[in-house]
Amino acid sequence: MFSLLGYTFFQNALIAGVLASIACGIIGTFVVIRRMVAISGGISHAAFGGIGLGYFLGIEPLLGALGFTVGAALTMGELEQRAEQHMDTLIGAVWATGMALGILFIYLTPGFAPDLFGYLFGNILLVPQGDLLLMLVLVAVIVITVGLLFNDLVAVTFDQEYATVINLPVERLLLILLVLIALTVVMLIQVVGIILVIALLTLPAAISRECAAQVKTMMAYAVLLGIAFTTTGIFLSAYLNIPSGATIILVSAAAYGAVLIKKRLIGR
Amino acid sequence: MTATPVIETPVIEITDLWFRRNGEEILEGINLRVMPGDVYAILGPNGGGKTTLLKVILGLIPPDRGSVRILGGLPNEKRQLLGYVPQLATFDFHYPISVREMVLSGLLGRKTVILKTFTAADTARADKALATMGIAHLAGRAIRELSGGEKQRAVIARALVGDPQVLLLDEPTVFVDAPTETQFYDIIGNLARTITIVLVTHDIGVIVSHVTKVACLNRRLFTHESRELTEDMIQGAYKCPVDIIAHGHPHRVLRPHPEEE
Repeated sequence: MFSLLGYTFFQNALIAGVLASIACGIIGTFVVIRRMVAISGGISHAAFGGIGLGYFLGIEPLLGALGFTVGAALTMGELEQRAEQHMDTLIGAVWATGMALGILFIYLTPGFAPDLFGYLFGNILLVPQGDLLLMLVLVAVIVITVGLLFNDLVAVTFDQEYATVINLPVERLLLILLVLIALTVVMLIQVVGIILVIALLTLPAAISRECAAQVKTMMAYAVLLGIAFTTTGIFLSAYLNIPSGATIILVSAAAYGAVLIKKRLIGR
Repeated sequence: MTATPVIETPVIEITDLWFRRNGEEILEGINLRVMPGDVYAILGPNGGGKTTLLKVILGLIPPDRGSVRILGGLPNEKRQLLGYVPQLATFDFHYPISVREMVLSGLLGRKTVILKTFTAADTARADKALATMGIAHLAGRAIRELSGGEKQRAVIARALVGDPQVLLLDEPTVFVDAPTETQFYDIIGNLARTITIVLVTHDIGVIVSHVTKVACLNRRLFTHESRELTEDMIQGAYKCPVDIIAHGHPHRVLRPHPEEE
């Protein structure tokens, strides 16, 4: 089994898993404690439009996805604040529009239909070296931004109204958080795919919430859990020759289920 | 008003304030002056506009008409001088945050640099605020582990940490259980020596101790602007919310208060 470690593709997969887990643990924590799971789903599905556009224009699809996720995040954030629409409604609109645009762009692209399966469900075992670099840059941006704004982000996600009263730039902070979610989503597309993104974003954080008493510790546990889940998933999928993204998600979901059952049995 | 000239600036001054939501009047022609040192209780039924009034004072919602001045300035400019204590029911107490961290967050508005780290002096202030509220020993606990009364005190400590000139309390006694209630009022009484307090509540028991002025709010606001708690005041204040709660007839409040300004 460990002979796999000798292969570059396998090493890359493990590195990608660790990088994704760092972003997931940090941003997923905010997603879980501020209940932004649905909006994250909307952002990730909007990415499909960007991937389609990338193919259509002949540029790197992940760059297209980056543009679309950030655009979707800012649009939803702005519209919620300005147009007084329910976030719920906006999410539905952005979610479906992103997918529809993706399908349209790919239909319009001449030549072969590209391998969409990898983008929809991820294939971490095929992560190219270049994508690792992109992931590294995104992780750095996420870690530095959250590090600089940590106390403000905690204040805004804990009690938005009070943050307004003490004159924090609440709207800007929330938009920044949405953009960070968008960056994280782009990283995760490579690992688990557009459709499974929300699971990896939320499950490690949801488990770590059960035992963490502070945001910082919740993030740390979530990162470690994410690394454990992705690594286990990668080994299992390579060993059993089954799809990697789905395996990672099922490992995470099994762990979450186990924690819930244990909590129920022990009682609180 | 008597002929004595008033030199002090009101800490909060509301003039002819109207607010309407979804075509329904929530606040009608509110006039209110809170002077330094007041412990002002605003009583009224649920849905009478109490929380809305606080949010207008804080500049969180703009009024349709009328003005709010905080120490002579606009709410958005001066609201840092107000220590806001929202209703406990609005909090997500499962949020992973320690009591000390939550209190420290009350200082964030004063920091201007990007990297807002808390200094040892900040922590000392937070611990002092917690000590004032009698829960210094809970500083390291997660908020989800606290009882209702302890949560209430922790949220007040967060408001106190920024040394506000006025404390605005929204339903501060809902989660305070009977055994600790007296203790709770004693703390409020001690605070009242150094700080102006405005509290809104539907709990008529609150006015018994330490309160210096009482108003009743149910869309419209009625007050005698009384500094002393005369028997007439107590009776008037007790009567109006009781009637409203018991019978749901807001009009019944209007009658015992003909001296509306």
